[in-house]
Amino acid sequence: MGRISVRDVNLCVGCQSCMFACSRRFGEAGLGRSTIHVSSAGGVERGFIVVVCRGCADPPCMRVCPTDALEKRADGGVILDPKKCIGCRSCAETCTLGAIFWDEENNKPLICVHCGLCVQHCPYSVLKIEPTIADGK
Amino acid sequence: MIAGDTLSRVLHIDLTDRRFWVEDRPDLFENYLGGSGVASNLLTQECPKDADPSGPENPIVFAVGPLNGVFPLASKTVAMFKSPLTGNLGESHAGGRSSVAIRLAGYGAIVVKGSSATPVYLSIQGEKVNFRVASVLWGMGNSYTVGRVIREREPGSGLRTIMRIGRAGERLVSYASVITETYRHFGRLGLGAVFGSKRLKAIVISGKRSLKVKDPQTYREVYKEIFESITKSPAMKKYHELGTAMNVNVLNESRSLPTRNLKKTFFETADRISGEKFAQNYLGRRAACSHCPASCIHLATLREPYAFDPFFFKTTMISYDYELIYALGSMLEVSSASQLLKLLDEVEVEGLDAISTGVALAWATEAQERGLISEKETGLRLSWGDWEIYLKAIRMIVEQPNDFYSALAKGVDHASSKYGGRDFALAFGGNEMPGYHTGPAAYIGFLTGARHSHLDSAGYSLDQEAVSSKGLLPVEEIVDSLLAEEQWRQVLSSLVICFFARGNYTPEVVLRSLSTVGYDLDQERLRMIGREILRVKNKFKIREGFNPQALQVPKRILETATPLGNLNEATLRKGVELYFAKALTKSNE
Repeated sequence: MGRISVRDVNLCVGCQSCMFACSRRFGEAGLGRSTIHVSSAGGVERGFIVVVCRGCADPPCMRVCPTDALEKRADGGVILDPKKCIGCRSCAETCTLGAIFWDEENNKPLICVHCGLCVQHCPYSVLKIEPTIADGK
Repeated sequence: MIAGDTLSRVLHIDLTDRRFWVEDRPDLFENYLGGSGVASNLLTQECPKDADPSGPENPIVFAVGPLNGVFPLASKTVAMFKSPLTGNLGESHAGGRSSVAIRLAGYGAIVVKGSSATPVYLSIQGEKVNFRVASVLWGMGNSYTVGRVIREREPGSGLRTIMRIGRAGERLVSYASVITETYRHFGRLGLGAVFGSKRLKAIVISGKRSLKVKDPQTYREVYKEIFESITKSPAMKKYHELGTAMNVNVLNESRSLPTRNLKKTFFETADRISGEKFAQNYLGRRAACSHCPASCIHLATLREPYAFDPFFFKTTMISYDYELIYALGSMLEVSSASQLLKLLDEVEVEGLDAISTGVALAWATEAQERGLISEKETGLRLSWGDWEIYLKAIRMIVEQPNDFYSALAKGVDHASSKYGGRDFALAFGGNEMPGYHTGPAAYIGFLTGARHSHLDSAGYSLDQEAVSSKGLLPVEEIVDSLLAEEQWRQVLSSLVICFFARGNYTPEVVLRSLSTVGYDLDQERLRMIGREILRVKNKFKIREGFNPQALQVPKRILETATPLGNLNEATLRKGVELYFAKALTKSNE
């Protein structure tokens, strides 16, 4: 276990293999369910931005959920209980990194479970799995 | 196809009446897969016979295929149109984020027809096509700026393609390009001028949908196998490390690098503009198309101090590839990497095809040297290696201040028909030649290929094999190999797989990939589809007046020896004849 972390964004080439890997988790192709996002930093010439859940020790998304649909995950971040979720988007709007994505088909948040598939598919070791952030850091 | 797959949806856009609608064409996508297969059929249907390439009736067709958004290196989009350069089939492929964006926006193809009364750009968001005012962007001096403005105004960062033209497209230079994601292009055959003739400055489209597969478990297995074969393949490593620019030294050492308008095949100072030297001194960033772990895009960093204040610097990221280095480097004998980078940048700023631009300038330099034209026409003293003059000449091609530059803006075939010098006007079927003076197979390929491009049938590769091992093949065998290769490439470009992954996507792998998205085919059927697509393209060409016997063979390619000796026109013509005898019949194997 542990959490996904961006090791060195300068190594990112923008191939988005991580995003496709994430979507494949659900047995789908395309990018509809990706919980990691890569875009250029204002044009390819300026490099790339990788947005992925940081696995916060004290997740703001959890605190704003009106239905307690987000539970604290042992190694940082949150776990979604879709049965409780009403799709209000408060969590997505609150995340400082914009790392909560949206499943338009089901109207629910898409939240990283830190499974590491993206790490395995990054050809240039931009991503890594590392231990949980200790409380307060 | 899987039921409900949005691949079969064709988005039609009429710029004249500012209308759009979606047509479902499962027939096309079932029978011709997507990409080149679907686009060539849509072009045949949508383009009236004898259409003016600059007229509203000329359609622009973009098509993706069943593997885009599904497997790695299925990362290309095919564009088809009637080419303003050759007056015939126009086909150009580009990567960037284009294929994933179109596929995940929920379309398999887009057909743009008509012509807008005022400059527009299109923003395709979900089911809606927004016609946006582009009069402010029209005439803007730098294509980079156009990209930046649209990037700020439109949604979908990371999930979109922004296809746009520069001034060259607006001013209808017959070899103007369409730029995507700044460093990838629908480069060849003048799609940029077709955009320009429609007053279409750009198209932005984004999408993020899921795509169903037949069986998730099998999909994951096939994916894993392909991903590993790509990330571990030595060919991919080469594309990632030095990039296509690795070919500069290879071709120069084998005496097949066209230099000084192909008066020579060896450039003494080629090493200074080689992939190795670029990597050592200028490489600043590598980038990838969406869904391509190979990442072949190489960006050089050029740092220039300003004359008025040496503590101000202009730092530019400039993409380089083999063909650009050949066309604007060795062909013009520009051997300083920093000077060459400025030419490459100018071509990008204006939105020109680098190969055609370089070949046009090489012809013009020789024509001036021989006195066929003078400073009266060119306004410049064009001379080999003089990059500053070439920089000015590139702008003149775009601005077309006189009849000479208007002619040069229509390509070397046209310019040499007016000013003479056809013997050294290096174009085939109207398309300026790529950088491979390798032997007969390359040239039979340029002459016969549907796009008159080295990418049609890769004859250079047969020549290189002949040099290294097999020896010169009889022309019959060359033709058989070229035809088989071009037919197979129709399958790849219908899926749409980048040709750089052709070694990974063997027929067997293609079949298994296709079965995960509901295409149950066998090898024979796949090959039949390839043959049929090529036949559709050649039928379109013949309908539009293509005559293999009328193809011109510039004498220069016969005078300058290849690594396989001097070429003989009769052999090349025999190759052309054999090729079309086979390509146009239904039963060839």
